[in-house]
Amino acid sequence: MLRRLSERINATDVVMFLIGGSILALVLVGSVATLTSGKYSAAQWFDLIVFGVALGGIYALIALGYTMVYGILRMINFAHSEVFMSGPFTAYFLADAWGRSGFLDENPVVCLLAIFVLAMAISLIVAVLLERIAYRPLRFAPRLVPLITAIGASFFLQYFFRGLYGPNIKPYPEIAALKPYLRFGDFRIQYVQILVIVAAALMMAGLQLIVQRTRVGKAMRAVAEDKQTAALMGIDVDSIIVLTFVIGGALAGAAGVLYALMFRQVSFIMGFIPGIKAFTAAVLGGIGNIPGAMVGGLFLGVIESLGPSLFLDGLGIPAPQQLKDAIAFTLLVLVLIFRPSGILGEKLAEKKA
Amino acid sequence: MKATSNADLWLAVKIGLIGGIVVVAIALEGMIQAFSPRDIVGGVITMGQTLLLVTLLATAYIAVSRGESHQPMRALVNGAAAGVVVNCLLVVLIWLGAFLPLGAMFLNATPQLYDLLTLGLGPLTGTLFLLIAGLVVGAIAALIYLLPPQVRRAVLIALTTVLLMGVLQDLVTVTLSNFDAFTPITKFLYAQNGLSIAGALTILIAVGVASYLWSQKSAQVQARIDRLPPTRQRALRWTSILISIAILLLLPKILGLYLSEVLDNVGLYLLMGLGLNIVVGFAGLLDLGYVAFFAIGAYTVGVLTSPELGRAIITDSWWLALPFAVIVAVLAGVLLGIPVLRMRGDYLAIVTLGFGEIIRILVGSDFLRHWLGGSQGVLLIAKPEVGPIKIINPPEFYYLFLGGCLLVIFISMRVKNSRLGRAWMAMREDEDVAQAMGIELVATKLMAFGLGASFGGLSGAIFASKLGSVYPHSFNFLVSVNVLSLIIIGGMGSIPGVIVGALALVGLPELLREFAEFRYLFYGAALVVMMLTRPEGLVPEARRRIELEEFREEGGESPPGADAPVLKPAGQP
Repeated sequence: MLRRLSERINATDVVMFLIGGSILALVLVGSVATLTSGKYSAAQWFDLIVFGVALGGIYALIALGYTMVYGILRMINFAHSEVFMSGPFTAYFLADAWGRSGFLDENPVVCLLAIFVLAMAISLIVAVLLERIAYRPLRFAPRLVPLITAIGASFFLQYFFRGLYGPNIKPYPEIAALKPYLRFGDFRIQYVQILVIVAAALMMAGLQLIVQRTRVGKAMRAVAEDKQTAALMGIDVDSIIVLTFVIGGALAGAAGVLYALMFRQVSFIMGFIPGIKAFTAAVLGGIGNIPGAMVGGLFLGVIESLGPSLFLDGLGIPAPQQLKDAIAFTLLVLVLIFRPSGILGEKLAEKKA
Repeated sequence: MKATSNADLWLAVKIGLIGGIVVVAIALEGMIQAFSPRDIVGGVITMGQTLLLVTLLATAYIAVSRGESHQPMRALVNGAAAGVVVNCLLVVLIWLGAFLPLGAMFLNATPQLYDLLTLGLGPLTGTLFLLIAGLVVGAIAALIYLLPPQVRRAVLIALTTVLLMGVLQDLVTVTLSNFDAFTPITKFLYAQNGLSIAGALTILIAVGVASYLWSQKSAQVQARIDRLPPTRQRALRWTSILISIAILLLLPKILGLYLSEVLDNVGLYLLMGLGLNIVVGFAGLLDLGYVAFFAIGAYTVGVLTSPELGRAIITDSWWLALPFAVIVAVLAGVLLGIPVLRMRGDYLAIVTLGFGEIIRILVGSDFLRHWLGGSQGVLLIAKPEVGPIKIINPPEFYYLFLGGCLLVIFISMRVKNSRLGRAWMAMREDEDVAQAMGIELVATKLMAFGLGASFGGLSGAIFASKLGSVYPHSFNFLVSVNVLSLIIIGGMGSIPGVIVGALALVGLPELLREFAEFRYLFYGAALVVMMLTRPEGLVPEARRRIELEEFREEGGESPPGADAPVLKPAGQP
């Protein structure tokens, strides 16, 4: 009996579960300590959760780009974070000019729409060019090759835009109409956050509609399932792949504008960290899985927003906000180790991990 | 006939358009302004203009060589057309800039740029000049293409040499200035800024003639060496090895202080490159968080030898701290290796990237400030001593790096051909098959992570003592990308490749100060171009090249739309 058991458990499993268990224990201890200390009021928790949901919506929009490309090409589009950056960074100049002339505050709706359209268009173009120039010739190459290409493309784009628009962090203009808070009792939500949450939700719903209800969506699902068979069924695989990059790019561009509106700054480096986190979100929800990316994004956003106050503070760690990014990365590592198929799970991801 | 020539012309225009976009991008990136203060040939042509000229030549040359008809007249027309199209786009940029405030958006779209592009002739004359220049240069490219192959080679080599001598003028003049005997030569070749006209012409003609003659005679020389008796051949080989060792030992003396510093940096990255080469190149495990081991090595030495952290010094000898740095790095490598044992390919890459970032964030946080100094870092790290000599300056550190590199190269070479090395390569090619052949995957992978990490730790330990201080921001993701780029461009799994990669990617940018700003732009582009055209690297390893060729052939045969990567078992590199 015992021998049987020891045959089934190997040393790596034990080490991994020790790591996972101890991290879980730390999180629990920290959370309990913070909650019993009563250091934060309910209104503060609410603020953090709303912020987390808004942030999570942005992550989810970026994560959709990763997940759709992964679903079809089986590669991490490492340069997706630069697709995310290029749109809002370019649209900054439009926003800034209108912000200076006062046009932005007179017609916020028109301006916002124009900014969104411009940003989405630029991100989309970058995504499509990326596919055409860097990824398409490598579709049959060994897996390491497109991945390295993607890393190279990511750096090239970052520094290309740095050279083009300058290395400084640029302040996105503040839109007066989005500044006030919606209050009920002790609780409050800033209009920007409402805009972010609503816009993200709308876009995700739209994507879900396209993928599930239209002919093109059906073709996309077919290509993700099996390219050869899809091609035999008369689906133009190449144009479906381009379409995937178009949709992913447009969503990333929109996410970039939302991010810029929330944090009010853009720079060439702005894509790197959100990019990795969005990838985490995609893995969290099960890579290749569209609803999964949305759930993963929200989950990650909320954890990241609550985490430092909730469990790091309780553990007595000074300046827990500094470790915000470390929480996201730890979560990434943990998910990939323990549940590479993600929360919503997909068998395929397990095979690939 | 008519149809092909029209198609050729259309192709030339298309290639010209692409080249034009590249040229406009170069201009808007600010490269022309950055390179303009320096002359290639003093008073004749600046580095910025050379950059434009080379792009123009290359575009026209590609356009001509891609054409299908081989009539000289056609080639001339196509080359000229491509050249004109390239410069047309520049003209469009200049006129747009004249009417629109492009500068508000594009940092480098300044009047200064337009002046540089038009040679200060103003938009109208400038336009005319640019178009004529495009025509002429395009035709010259076509003429070069039409030369007989041997002559063409000689011309291209001669032009490249002049270019290199001009670009690397600092290196050459500084080196030569250490020897009085060379002063007249330097004076003759170089003007105040760039090559002198006479010097440039001399180099051009001398190198051109020499390379032409060499192309005629090289086969004979090689044949004569082959005909030597074996003992003589061995003697010849040993002499060349001895000479290169002597040169390596004398380098800091020849090159002086600044260039020794550059060599130190090359050594630093070479050490890391060889370490990552074991993990990525030999074992095929893509690690994007390699900087973590570098950081761990540096911080171990820092924490052990620095009196700054408010407690008693543990040791004041760098040599005593060194083994600990290596051991801690190995432990970290194995520890980080355990959780990722089951991951392959891209997931592994992302997790290791995550690890690298976690380490950087932790090191810089207030949380561990008491132990690791937080964002202020660790100061006053001990310098190594050899007997009575304290190693302080770059030339002295050079020998430390040289020793480290030779040791690590020796280990790499021995390991590569050992049982373990072959196990790694089998794993790289196909993990499942390797396992079926009786390779213990867990131990093999952990050995790769551990050995790779130890080189990183060694590199970090030397880095820490060279700087005398370590800061968390020295250990960002860019270091990992740097190291990864150099092994990929050099050739994954190839030890000479890593050396070439380190020299080209770390050494060259430092020799060319203006280039430093565009370093990562260039790295990114180089990675993409390399993967598209020559994924095996500059100095490929034999085994790896065969692997990639197999894949390329299979890929070529697959029907369009087929999903080769998915149909294959997961985990193929």
